[in-house]
Amino acid sequence: MNKGLSVKTIVAIGIGAAIYVILGRFASIPIAPNTYVETTYPFLALMAVIFGPIAGALIGFIGHALKDAISYGSVWWSWVLVSLFVGFFIGLIAKRINIEAGVFASKQILLFNVIQASVQAVGWILVAPILDILIYAEPANKVFTQGVIAAISNIAMVGILGTLLLVVYAKTRSQGNSLSKE
Amino acid sequence: MAVEMLAYIKKQSRVHELSGATKLIIFLCWSTAAMLTYDTWILLALLVISFVIFRLSKVKISEIRFVLMFILFFLLLNNIAIYLFSPQEGVKIYGTSHVLWEIAGRYNVTLEQLFYHFNITLKYFVVIPAALLFIVTTHPSEFASSLNRIGVPYKIAYSVSLTLRYIPDIQREFRTIAQAQQARGADLSKNEKLTKRIKNAAVIVMPLIFSSLERIEVISNAMELRGFGKKKKRTWYNATAFRRADYITIVTGVVLLILSLVITFYDGSRFYNPFY
Repeated sequence: MNKGLSVKTIVAIGIGAAIYVILGRFASIPIAPNTYVETTYPFLALMAVIFGPIAGALIGFIGHALKDAISYGSVWWSWVLVSLFVGFFIGLIAKRINIEAGVFASKQILLFNVIQASVQAVGWILVAPILDILIYAEPANKVFTQGVIAAISNIAMVGILGTLLLVVYAKTRSQGNSLSKE
Repeated sequence: MAVEMLAYIKKQSRVHELSGATKLIIFLCWSTAAMLTYDTWILLALLVISFVIFRLSKVKISEIRFVLMFILFFLLLNNIAIYLFSPQEGVKIYGTSHVLWEIAGRYNVTLEQLFYHFNITLKYFVVIPAALLFIVTTHPSEFASSLNRIGVPYKIAYSVSLTLRYIPDIQREFRTIAQAQQARGADLSKNEKLTKRIKNAAVIVMPLIFSSLERIEVISNAMELRGFGKKKKRTWYNATAFRRADYITIVTGVVLLILSLVITFYDGSRFYNPFY
């Protein structure tokens, strides 16, 4: 029987998107006009690793669309779709990490960062600019430059803060081999 | 930290009376039309219509001024960036070059470029009233039921409703944590170096995320105990039935969308070319 999404995933999507909105609105560090170092993507990566691809995709989509809507009054769809893309693929491949087992050591850290860097590189440098050109007919060199800047800052942020979040989260889980027979 | 966000504004007007689902459908039609077309006449027509609807909604400009300023600033920066990166984009699109005056190198001012910027800005202005109105005239609880009505599975619609319900709570918690950490010396302002600021952001973000993970646990247990998700369908406390005005609005919206697409793509180009 197909039961669909579990209650926990649904709540994770709801609360996750709310946190995404708040982080995007208040906890972004401006480095240049219209350019921010985002704390949302490390969070999105954490949620995608814990709750899987569907939660990751929907947190990215709902969170980003609502954040745009309530802060700018309009939605920049091309970048919203990239959030969906990033959340989904980090969640999909990160199943292998199995964070609930409580182990997030160098092997998992390496795997996580290879995944997040490649997914985000494709998302920001390919998907976002192409959608920008298709939807908004913006100049190619402008959107590709924006894409590269976004890719660099987001990959770095997820690499630092995202890894840190996952390490701390793994410590709160009980390890699979924590019980021993006496 | 006086940051304002857009929220529902309670009023009595024709726009407020429409069901949430109607407004959502119109909003989606509207943004699709504005996204796909680059035809100046259609954009102008849509802009006029959206101003009329805005008047009907009785929302005052002063109530949304802070967002408007924000958007205008963003638009200005975006236009500047486009010009800096590609001063010949208009010439490329419209195929001719009417130079008004030269600046330096490839940076000159052409009629085509000005017209291109005018269109980009117009495209924005068409979407803004529709999106703003949708947000300020739809009650958050009704939003979820309208998503469900247009075919989104109710579990996902419920996630959205949870999001809207918890944004204020999480905002309050964020503020508390941020103030506590700032009292302990975590500085997010420009006075610190970038690396230090990222570190300081982390000490605020971490407690927020981990307390929220606990919250997910509590809420999902409560929902599970009440049997959420056991049935294929559910009803909504805030759903409003469709009335005549809703049907008329939806039909008009869809007709407008189709009309704008037909006119836009009729001659095989998204752009209206006055220079031809």
